[in-house]
Amino acid sequence: MIAFSDVTKSYSVGTHALRGVSMQIEDGEFAFLVGPSGSGKSTIIKLITGELKPTSGTVHVNGYSLERIRRREIPYLRRTVGVVFQDFRLIDTKSVYDNVAFAMRAIGAREREIRERVPYILELVGLENKSRRHPTELSGGEQQRLAIARALVNNPSTIIADEPTGNLDPARSLEIMSLLQEINNLGTTMLVVTHERDLVERFGKRVIAIDEGLVVHDGTDGYYRL
Amino acid sequence: MKLTNLGYLIKEGIRGIFLHGFMSLAAVVVTVACLLIVGSFSCLVYNVNVMVEDLNKTNEVLAFVDDSLTDAEARSIGTVINQIPNVHKAEFVHRDKAWESFVEDHGNDPAFDGVDPKTTIRHRFVVTLEDNELMKETAAQLESITGIDKVNAAYEIARGFSTIKNVLHIASVAVIGVLLVVSLLIISNTVKLAMYDRKDEIAIMKMVGATNGFIRLPFVVEGFVLGMVGAMIAFFLEWAMYNALVEKLTVVDTLHLFSFVPFTQPELMQTMVATFVAAGLFVGVVGSWTSIRKFMDV
Repeated sequence: MIAFSDVTKSYSVGTHALRGVSMQIEDGEFAFLVGPSGSGKSTIIKLITGELKPTSGTVHVNGYSLERIRRREIPYLRRTVGVVFQDFRLIDTKSVYDNVAFAMRAIGAREREIRERVPYILELVGLENKSRRHPTELSGGEQQRLAIARALVNNPSTIIADEPTGNLDPARSLEIMSLLQEINNLGTTMLVVTHERDLVERFGKRVIAIDEGLVVHDGTDGYYRL
Repeated sequence: MKLTNLGYLIKEGIRGIFLHGFMSLAAVVVTVACLLIVGSFSCLVYNVNVMVEDLNKTNEVLAFVDDSLTDAEARSIGTVINQIPNVHKAEFVHRDKAWESFVEDHGNDPAFDGVDPKTTIRHRFVVTLEDNELMKETAAQLESITGIDKVNAAYEIARGFSTIKNVLHIASVAVIGVLLVVSLLIISNTVKLAMYDRKDEIAIMKMVGATNGFIRLPFVVEGFVLGMVGAMIAFFLEWAMYNALVEKLTVVDTLHLFSFVPFTQPELMQTMVATFVAAGLFVGVVGSWTSIRKFMDV
């Protein structure tokens, strides 16, 4: 569960990125986070992943209180939150298999577990036949599937997708969104940050709209107005 | 961090060396260059120290024996002198022998015509010390021996040698320290460049929840291996350069003004191995440990 309660975040340069955000995303929920550039979306993601601490208010993510989390607890928080980025952030020198296995090795998984889990996840995202390829040999959509596989492999309870379709054509975007919905159907909480109004409306999920550091819309009708 | 991951992390560290071959080569070359400078200076300091020690040993104390003692009684004092802890060697010089060498030095001086050595020159002991810094105390102990009439000791010269030794010691520690810090900064910068190359990899590891220790270890292993390889290459290069230099200097130095300790002399060899291993480890491990800190705040 992700819960923000009256959260403010100010940067040292004097920018007030969040000005009293309150919202709650339940376990297993699917929500879109929308808003114009500079509205505070990235700050919300950074607060959820423990990159930032709130200036005031409370942030709870999967049992961790972010306002008082200790530095050495942050890696364990991050294991509960998988992140997918617009620019994929894959390691080009590693194969598809190793990009996913790398995420498991990074948290100290055993080789036997890796050998069992990675093929299963690659199959889930439809890359089972490309495990020996390198990211540069994949299409944009496939690279994003690989990024999703990596976010998913450690079995996080939440996935944050930051503009996951920003670099893809409409057909591939739809594929990726459908994949995220499938993953959500398996029980993973999904928070998708996007600018693509068409996609948001098409999926008819909960939409949280942010503008100038405030929640300006929170509804499940798939429609938002800014 | 689980112990089962240790093998993987060490393998990753070694894989990183080959994966980023050019940066690894640069780090090794920089380490070798820095360690060669540190090593050459250490060799120089070691040799100068040995030379100063040797010169210091030629600074002798003269203990004159009481005129009233017979030759046998005078010689027997040597046993007592040799029991003083700081005495390295006490050599008895008979008054006739002392007179001979005096005449050798001043034979043509008419001022000494008609001088009777028996009434002018005394038996003496030429005493060399273990530590000339304790010359004053040892001279006092010699003077207190029954049968020793007077002691001549060049305290000023001993103090001079002591000062030279101390200054050399402080200067060498300071210069080696500065060279090590410079090496560390250069290595650290080189490793930082290597890490910059891999900042995305580090960011991904942080993002998926890797602990700092897990992220650091491969880089530290890499730094350790690079530091040790650099140290080994530098050590053998230093050895070859040292031998070549000593060979050349021995040919040039016809007056034998300098005496160089062979590189294979156990004490010098041990000092050099210790210096290179410690410096290699220090610059490799500390260099990578400190450089990675910058990339951990993701």
